[in-house]
Amino acid sequence: MSKQSFRFDRIEGTAIPLRGNNIDTDRIIPARFLKTLTFQGLGDHVFEDDRQLMSEHPFSDPRYVQATVLLVNENFGSGSSREHAPQALKRWGITACLGQSFSEIFQGNALAIGLPCATVERDDIEFLMRSVENTPDIALLISISKLSVKYQGRTVSLAIPGPIRKALLDGYWDPASMLLEQFSQVRAVAERLPYVTDF
Amino acid sequence: MGKTLLQKVWDLHTVRQLPTGQTQLFIGLHLIHEVTTPQAFDMLRSRGANVAFPELTYATVDHIVPTLNQRRPFVDELAEQMMAALERNCRDFGIRFSDLTTDRQGIVHVIGPELGLTQPGMTIACGDSHTSTHGAFGAIAFGIGTSQVRDVLMSQSLAIDPLKVRQILITGKLPLGVYAKDVILEIIARLGVKGGVGYAYEYGGEAVEQMSMDQRMTMCNMSIEGGARVGYVNPDETTFRYIKGRPFAPSGSALVRAKQWWTSIASDADALYDDVVKFDGSAIEPRVTWGINPGQSIGITEPVPCPEEFDEAERASVREALEFMGFTGGVPIAGTKIDVAFLGSCTNSRLSDLREAAAILDGQKVASNVTALVVPGSKSVRLAAEQEGLDRLFQDAGFEWRGAGCSMCLAMNPDQLVGRQVCASSSNRNFKGRQGSPTGRTLLMSPAMVVAAAVSGEVIDVRKML
Repeated sequence: MSKQSFRFDRIEGTAIPLRGNNIDTDRIIPARFLKTLTFQGLGDHVFEDDRQLMSEHPFSDPRYVQATVLLVNENFGSGSSREHAPQALKRWGITACLGQSFSEIFQGNALAIGLPCATVERDDIEFLMRSVENTPDIALLISISKLSVKYQGRTVSLAIPGPIRKALLDGYWDPASMLLEQFSQVRAVAERLPYVTDF
Repeated sequence: MGKTLLQKVWDLHTVRQLPTGQTQLFIGLHLIHEVTTPQAFDMLRSRGANVAFPELTYATVDHIVPTLNQRRPFVDELAEQMMAALERNCRDFGIRFSDLTTDRQGIVHVIGPELGLTQPGMTIACGDSHTSTHGAFGAIAFGIGTSQVRDVLMSQSLAIDPLKVRQILITGKLPLGVYAKDVILEIIARLGVKGGVGYAYEYGGEAVEQMSMDQRMTMCNMSIEGGARVGYVNPDETTFRYIKGRPFAPSGSALVRAKQWWTSIASDADALYDDVVKFDGSAIEPRVTWGINPGQSIGITEPVPCPEEFDEAERASVREALEFMGFTGGVPIAGTKIDVAFLGSCTNSRLSDLREAAAILDGQKVASNVTALVVPGSKSVRLAAEQEGLDRLFQDAGFEWRGAGCSMCLAMNPDQLVGRQVCASSSNRNFKGRQGSPTGRTLLMSPAMVVAAAVSGEVIDVRKML
């Protein structure tokens, strides 16, 4: 098994703006779709209830059907730790999320499946959302190494926590094999834990 | 300079620094359930991997389990498949499973502590965000996603970044009719739903020291609703008394040594916190949520807020919430009619919650327009409650008495709202669609407040019934 999965740096694509703060994972993928043994088909059900309540939901809008960059506001992905949420977004076609802020668990789950999330200042997200709403066919160019997004000649800076950025650039975002390296060190910790060794 | 409990436990469980700069953190107890494991075990099978430490892993079934008809095969085919998958995985990988044939089945965050699995000084992970509950014991406990469940199964560790610590002090004494649920709702209202992102919350102060373990669990449970993945209380005599005698707890001379160690991992008096916030416990009143996230709550005597009271950046969210809930700013929340009353969930379904709720009944009956159900958090809680006659008290009042499970908290089992129903609920989330109907509406409150609402047919100040 290879140590490194593929690396993430340049991500290019048109965007889809999803306005609103505190969009929680129950909305991203309602609980009834968690009754599943695989993650297959989740892309079909992303925002299913929100889309039923709101016919003009961006995820139902034909203008954004090819979009791959999701634009969001504050505290996106709050609530339940369901990995099914970033899975549903990725399987719908999203390859990167830009927003004012993300839930910590959501951002970690997204990283674990190779879906980069980066934060952008409020005014910049507003600029991007409005521009995309006007001209949805124009692509964004994200650079994780340069921590920037280029759009229609304008460059906006973005932020990613250091370790997450490094994991994406170096290709270590799928940590399963990395955690098994030097497994003797894991055993060593177990052996010194009082509650494992009957105090 | 002293250390916080978080720092001590973190250092003790650090395996190494990873090439990414993250910490490889050993997980002392891995609790698993049927929803977030099928794909994780499949990933193990496809890699030909084993579970590294089955003896540090424990399973239960809770989210999909029906609370009324628990006969196998379950009527819901998908639920039956998930149950069968967990059975197969536990059998094949040698993991202990508190299934429905045992007296130990229940909501994962109820049975862990009940069985004495949850102990101070541990790191605890589970594929469920309310894993923060176990922090009540002075453990560092947090929710993880399915891929991380795979990582813990394979390596008993995960890649994670350290957290800052915010000390939250609740001074004074909680008034009559005010419970731990109201305290945590107050904290989230003030600090916000994303206030805790990047932080562990350490709860302390006089009011917390007076709390029972069940109450501390209620508070720690909802830390994640405030953005804090981890929430904990320093272990003390209350903690030790709770743990003693439980099936997986240390005993005899081991217990003596354990208590010494548990005492030593509490935060030092001179520990440095990244932030300290104080709340006056004596000023807290019973709270109710009015909106679509757990931060949108008010005291029972307060009116529903108006959008204009908020910063401009928040007004759109507030309007959206008011419109969805059908509330008007300025109108008291007391008097809101309810259709369903739900007493259950990992937040508030333990024996003391049922006793507190039953004490409000005083011979009153569930209002004619209300469907009410009590769902004990575990088989063990249910049996103990039945020993005390609580089941008869609730049933005589018109509540349904159910089997243990997550039930109406989250719509993965038959217990769901219908249409625009309003539910007075002792659970932890009031998100749109959470309780099974896309237009259903959830009002979060304490168990006592749920019962008060059930018998009145509307939201009411429970202190009037005391």
